[in-house]
Amino acid sequence: MTVATPPFRASRPINQKTEPFLGRKATVLGNGLQLLNLRMAICQAIAEEMERDPTIVVMGEEVAQYNGAYKVTKGLLDEFGPDRVLDTPITESGFTGLAVGAAMTGLRPVIEYMSWNFSFPAFDQIISNASKMSYMTGGLFNVPLVMRGPNGAGPRVSSQHSHAVEALFAHFPGLIVVSPSTPFDAKGLMKTALRQQNPVCFLENEMLYGYEQDIPVADYAIPFGVGDIKRPGRDCTIVAVNRSVHWALEAAEELAKSGIDCEVVDPRTVKPLDIGLIAESVRKTNRLVTVEECYQTGGIGAEIATQIVQMCFDDLDAPPERVTTSENPMPYAANLEHETLPKPHRIIAAVRRACSR
Amino acid sequence: MIQISQPPRHAAAATARTVMGQERVLNALRQMLRIRRFEEQAEKQTGIFRPGTQIKKIAGFLHLYIGQEAVQTGFAQHLDPTIDATVTSYRCHALAILAGEPTTALMAELFGKDTGNARGKGGSMHFFSKKSRMLGGHGIVGGQIPVGTGAAFSAKYLKTGGVSVSYLGDGAVPQGTFHESLNLAALWKLPAIYVVENNRYGMGTACSRAVSVENIAEAKAPGYGMVGLTCDGLDLYDVWATAKEAVALARSGQPVLVEAKTYRYRGHSASDAGLYRTKDEVDAYKKLDPIERIKTDLLSCGWLTAAAWDTLEEDVASEVATAVRFAEDSPEPPLNELATHVYAATPAAKG
Repeated sequence: MTVATPPFRASRPINQKTEPFLGRKATVLGNGLQLLNLRMAICQAIAEEMERDPTIVVMGEEVAQYNGAYKVTKGLLDEFGPDRVLDTPITESGFTGLAVGAAMTGLRPVIEYMSWNFSFPAFDQIISNASKMSYMTGGLFNVPLVMRGPNGAGPRVSSQHSHAVEALFAHFPGLIVVSPSTPFDAKGLMKTALRQQNPVCFLENEMLYGYEQDIPVADYAIPFGVGDIKRPGRDCTIVAVNRSVHWALEAAEELAKSGIDCEVVDPRTVKPLDIGLIAESVRKTNRLVTVEECYQTGGIGAEIATQIVQMCFDDLDAPPERVTTSENPMPYAANLEHETLPKPHRIIAAVRRACSR
Repeated sequence: MIQISQPPRHAAAATARTVMGQERVLNALRQMLRIRRFEEQAEKQTGIFRPGTQIKKIAGFLHLYIGQEAVQTGFAQHLDPTIDATVTSYRCHALAILAGEPTTALMAELFGKDTGNARGKGGSMHFFSKKSRMLGGHGIVGGQIPVGTGAAFSAKYLKTGGVSVSYLGDGAVPQGTFHESLNLAALWKLPAIYVVENNRYGMGTACSRAVSVENIAEAKAPGYGMVGLTCDGLDLYDVWATAKEAVALARSGQPVLVEAKTYRYRGHSASDAGLYRTKDEVDAYKKLDPIERIKTDLLSCGWLTAAAWDTLEEDVASEVATAVRFAEDSPEPPLNELATHVYAATPAAKG
């Protein structure tokens, strides 16, 4: 069942009511709504699907007894037991390949990378095995596998722990790349991920785990490839995913003060990409700014800008602008980290450039 | 002539022939011969032995199993394809034949045809069997080992009673996936068997130049708290006896590491001239040819007659010829196949 996006409240402060972490159990608000944060939304989606589908197993480093490094899997071990919720050794290549083999033989594994940065030792298993299995077997085998974990920069965690991998994995046919920005989207997309037959890279963000939203208590799923307008506007389209959506919304509020009305489009899944929704928006605003935590070279913005130039060449009043993580490894120093990320001040500058034409 | 020494035989190897019985031994011989003749024909179809001609029906890599047939054939005797799973490297033709995939579809796959085992999308390195749970056919050295481990995980979780057998070459032993898989299998007591088919060379690098110990299973298995077994991979009876023990252990929840010391008579792939080893060495191993040995043994014990052997050869030659004709006559995949199977059900974007 698909339901309409609930009113999005960008101003909802983080970590007010849902902390300390509550696992899947949320505060029911009445009117069919419940208050939960993003980590709980993911936990709830997995738990509900585990109740429905006994072939779902959860595995990863610290997911069981420790309740997850970021508590996304809190309570799952207690509820579903050690056969279905397994702590793995630190062996990303091993447990990813194991999950691929399990997915080919009747199970539906959900594996957690404590951070997507730690997926790199498993890169061969994700690319050579998971992404190509359906094709190179001529459709004999599928890999219904969800790979999930936090993605993008954490708080001052420096070079090796700050990668955003949307563009990296979107490059390869055979993978689905989901990158939600809100609890509502995260839950609905996780439901879809657990009800289909392809390997899914489900990219979360540590900095959004505490983000709260009122979402329906009733079951719902959000299809892949359907974007969402997070803020309607007339003057400039900002396409952003994941944490960048929130920076884009912040920038949009600031720009509104000087009379620039931005529309913030969240594709929600990078692959498949809802280019139709983006094109529709650009035909209205005539301007495009993309925002992402990936690097500029070969990033999501490069793909979106190219497609939009092809589809909407005559509608554009300015060249597309890209706001990305600057092309340097993430520095530790606070001021340098601030400048590296696609923060609101850089988005505002890009929108002003686009709107000055 | 150089001296080669194979490992001592398993205690049960001496009676293997009797325990297997005539029908099963003859069937194993037939399978080994089918594998051998299929691959010899595939080698011919690459055209590399007919320079100057246009015959090149098979392109890309072609990694031949010739010489190693006793290993996977010996193990296959103990496996139940309805519950057990197998996986191997790119040297995968034998495993698919043993899985019961028709040689017509396998040859068609090598020819890149629509009627191929993987619709012409996999090729030589990516043979599969859905019905016999043969999970590939994998082109990255060591990449298949965790996949086989996952099949063992499924068997345990679903309580099927099945085991998985992951085959790998000696060249994969130094890869991280080998060690990660063995650790997981031992830690979680998975019904997993890992068979190192030590054919003495990882491409052109001798095993002794790549692996720090001589006897892989003997040295590595205790490090993971696993049982390690070594066998003569050129001797069907020794493989059969060792495999019997390994499969029984795995079914009881004990993972096993097996090293089968074998030899490949052809190059690493069809394009390898084999300059890293001597003709003397290859000839010495050819004296231990696993097919010739079983044939000689069965002729001497009377379970096989010269006439029956000739009939077997004719049957197999006919099967292979049929496979080639089928492959030649089959159409190439239609161009719209380019985009099918990229996703299980292609996710549709809106707009």
